[in-house]
Amino acid sequence: MTAWEAVIGIECHVELRTASKMFCGCQNEFGGEPNTKVCPVCLGMPGALPVPNMRAIDHMIRAGIALGSEIPAFSKFDRKNYFYPDMPKDYQISQYDMPLTQGGVVRYWLEDGTMKECRLTRIHLEEDTGKSTHAGSTDGRIAGSAYSLVDFNRAGVPLMECVSEPDIRSAEEAVAYLEALKRTFVQLGVSDVKMEEGSLRCDANVSIRPIGASEYGTKTEIKNMNSFRSVYRAIESEIERQIAIVESGGRVTQETRGWDEARGVTHPMRSKEQAHDYRYFPDPDLVPMEFNAATMEILRSTLPELPTARFERYTKQFGINVKQATQLVDNAQLADYFDQCVAACGNAHQCVNFVLGDLSRLSNESGTPVYYSNARPEYVAEVIDMLEKKIINSKIAKELIERIWEAAGSPRAIVEREGLSQTSDPGAVEGFVNDVLAANEKVVAEYKAGKTNVMGFLVGQVMKTSRGKADPALAGELLRKKLDAS
Amino acid sequence: MDALHERSAAQVARAVNAREVSAREVTDAVLAHVDGIDAHVGAYLTTLHDLARAQADRIDERIRQGETLPLAGVPVAVKDNMCLEGTRTTCASKILEHWVSPYTATAVQRILDAGGIPIGKANLDEFAMGSSCENSALGVTRNPYDLTRVPGGSTGGPAAAVGAYEAAIGLGSDTGGSIREPGAFCNLVGFKPTYGRISRYGLIAFASSLDQIGPLTRTVQDAALAYDVMAGKDPMDATSVSPPPEEPAAGALRADLRGLRVGIVKEFATQALGDDIDAVYRQAYRDLEALGAEIVEVSLPTADYGLATYYLIAPAECSSNLSRFDGVRYGLRVDADDVTQMYERTRAAGFGPEVKRRILIGTYALSSGYYDAYYVRAQKARTLIANDFKRAFAACDLIACPAASQPAFTFNAKSDPYSMYMMDYYTIPMSLAGLPALSVPCGWVTPPGGATPMPMGLQLCAPIFAESLLLGAAHAYEQATKHAEKRKPVFPEGARA
Ligand SMILES: [Zn+2]
Repeated sequence: MTAWEAVIGIECHVELRTASKMFCGCQNEFGGEPNTKVCPVCLGMPGALPVPNMRAIDHMIRAGIALGSEIPAFSKFDRKNYFYPDMPKDYQISQYDMPLTQGGVVRYWLEDGTMKECRLTRIHLEEDTGKSTHAGSTDGRIAGSAYSLVDFNRAGVPLMECVSEPDIRSAEEAVAYLEALKRTFVQLGVSDVKMEEGSLRCDANVSIRPIGASEYGTKTEIKNMNSFRSVYRAIESEIERQIAIVESGGRVTQETRGWDEARGVTHPMRSKEQAHDYRYFPDPDLVPMEFNAATMEILRSTLPELPTARFERYTKQFGINVKQATQLVDNAQLADYFDQCVAACGNAHQCVNFVLGDLSRLSNESGTPVYYSNARPEYVAEVIDMLEKKIINSKIAKELIERIWEAAGSPRAIVEREGLSQTSDPGAVEGFVNDVLAANEKVVAEYKAGKTNVMGFLVGQVMKTSRGKADPALAGELLRKKLDAS
Repeated sequence: MDALHERSAAQVARAVNAREVSAREVTDAVLAHVDGIDAHVGAYLTTLHDLARAQADRIDERIRQGETLPLAGVPVAVKDNMCLEGTRTTCASKILEHWVSPYTATAVQRILDAGGIPIGKANLDEFAMGSSCENSALGVTRNPYDLTRVPGGSTGGPAAAVGAYEAAIGLGSDTGGSIREPGAFCNLVGFKPTYGRISRYGLIAFASSLDQIGPLTRTVQDAALAYDVMAGKDPMDATSVSPPPEEPAAGALRADLRGLRVGIVKEFATQALGDDIDAVYRQAYRDLEALGAEIVEVSLPTADYGLATYYLIAPAECSSNLSRFDGVRYGLRVDADDVTQMYERTRAAGFGPEVKRRILIGTYALSSGYYDAYYVRAQKARTLIANDFKRAFAACDLIACPAASQPAFTFNAKSDPYSMYMMDYYTIPMSLAGLPALSVPCGWVTPPGGATPMPMGLQLCAPIFAESLLLGAAHAYEQATKHAEKRKPVFPEGARA
């Protein structure tokens, strides 16, 4: 029986976050009444001309630098010519042979923490099309439809197309790769990457080959995957389909296949559209772009710490587990907050526990993000510091976190003002212990009869009597000593 | 003083600014003249009586408020491939026959802001493709100097309008000679500035890397006036340029050519054009010399490839530019069973034969497998031609040559496409190099079989951005020779002129 491996490359389109569209001043925002965010330029009116959005070009270059791509000194826009009703000019302004970025590597990790790499071929910039709704056809496609409605609000939205090398080997890797891209783009502020709003759309090229083989098998291109979950399912299903074909002696046909979410299978798409000659040529309405090293350096120096580097810092330097590190990295502002807590107290482990534990719970309950709450990082650090120095115990620490969430204020000051510091004075704790033993004769009797598990209850009573200030370890020790002695 | 409608733009603007006459009076006079003769000339596809009068009243109000406007009350004919909000903008094509533009082209807006009065939208070869205006799908335009002859093209309507005093300024577009050739045919100054000098926003594209807006006028001074108003960077056109500041062209008009070297192109010898025409150009070069210019010979060895180069690049761009006329959003739609058939029927019914020919040539030139052999090589040839001009301009300040190889011809005289393409032989190289060039009247020739002498044009060309030098020199030549003033347009008996 041959063991197979999949060879996968991913092409994804990501809408850039900019105030205006790629080549006109219309608002770049999802939704709205159809055809309300349009102008002569993005409607392709006769005589209208495109003017590039420099912000979108900056976004592309920042994304490229972040992913280790080469930014050529010279780039240009080309026209991709084909007729389709939702493309206003019947050509798309795109980039053919001189994209804004070339090469690069996406470093990502799997659930078990394994680091992986996928090389990028290129990232280029283009404009999005409008959105068609075809009425009266059986499959929602234009062929056979009675009429079609077109909304041009999306037409002209800046879109970057990231093309990967075929370095991905499984559906799990494909999703992890996309998550890494998403994190990077969100962190850089170049895109919101909302798959449900269509701001990330992807196609996958899938083939299989015997493990150890060096040449590629025949690939199919999978389209219509609308969520990370459908990317995973579609690729899994396609790999299975191809293995079944090859193992039964057949051959995989090179074709474009659509993912059917409901039925959980891929199916061949009409091949009519595949023989396109797009007649690319440089767009004469746009002047070529030139970039100098100084501009690149400014853009490079203003990049934030990127998610993969942060992940590795958390796991390797701080020893945080993969799940928690991923949780932090996926929320850059929370991770920034976490970093500030660590910087102030030096105890990454306690910081993770509080940030992802009590603070995140309070955030969920109140709807206020941790990083906007009253609980400033220096207050959290004070709590951790007092806990470490055994000035307070964990119960008081928890209580303090809730109090600094309610109202800003130094927890150290609260502890001092209210005398909450932990009592490790054996004399004082012994007083609490004596009180508890006296008040719980029945329980004491049970303990003596062999039910030693009541010890927890007794310690709890000491904590209660001491209003939480007693050192619980000392309380337990004294209780045991007295009970065993009598 | 001439009748109001016969005055130059400079004369009208001076008089209106001085409140000797109102913009409204000028406008009414021009409209009356248009109403009387345009049935014979056919310059306009749409006249804008109401809009013109409303604009004239606005201008008069601004003058009353104390403003001085460079084109106060000046009647303007706008080539119908330029958008003017609320007006029909047809490109002389059935595909846009009923399209009303929702916005105004930058160049047109600048003319309006400067006080210009839009008299009408003037005829052209469909989508500016042609050299005689005969490719218009919507009307016939005649040469005001002989109504049996073409006005030239593609800016035939504005040329005929200005030639027939139906406007003082014609706004044209020049892709391979479409302002200069009709300028020559209609006894006008036809001026194409440097590529990028005037915004193309709102000019319906034929070939984007070549298209350039410019004026057609009866005097060089008027060309400079219109140019000064329209030139300059436009945030709506990424290819528009803001060159180093220089004095307005209108202030650079000169009386002689002393200190200038004028290059005569070796490859453009005029003997082959016939004795009459040869004599006109030889005299023109002598006149330049008499004005103080030093005449030098220059060589443009690759200029002969201009036509072939142009007829790959321009159709390639046009094949893409004209894709948007698909029946989906605006313009003509011929219904069909499915969308592909709708595209096919709409475009088959909407485009004329020359437009279709160029779309086919361009689509072919860009196709995979042919792209390198045609489009890429044409771009290389274009660079070589531009380099020829650079070398030539190391030896001279201006180049002088014919604007066209012959005067205006009769209708249907150029029935095969190639002989029509040849009409742009002398103007295309400058377009490919992006250079400023103009044609200025340089004499009269009676064509074989013709009843009356027809105007000829001298083409002057300058280095990139040297418009002031170009207009200044043309003014000196015009004032010294006054060829344009030697004859007047002829209108048929009974036409109210
Ligand atoms: Zn827009």
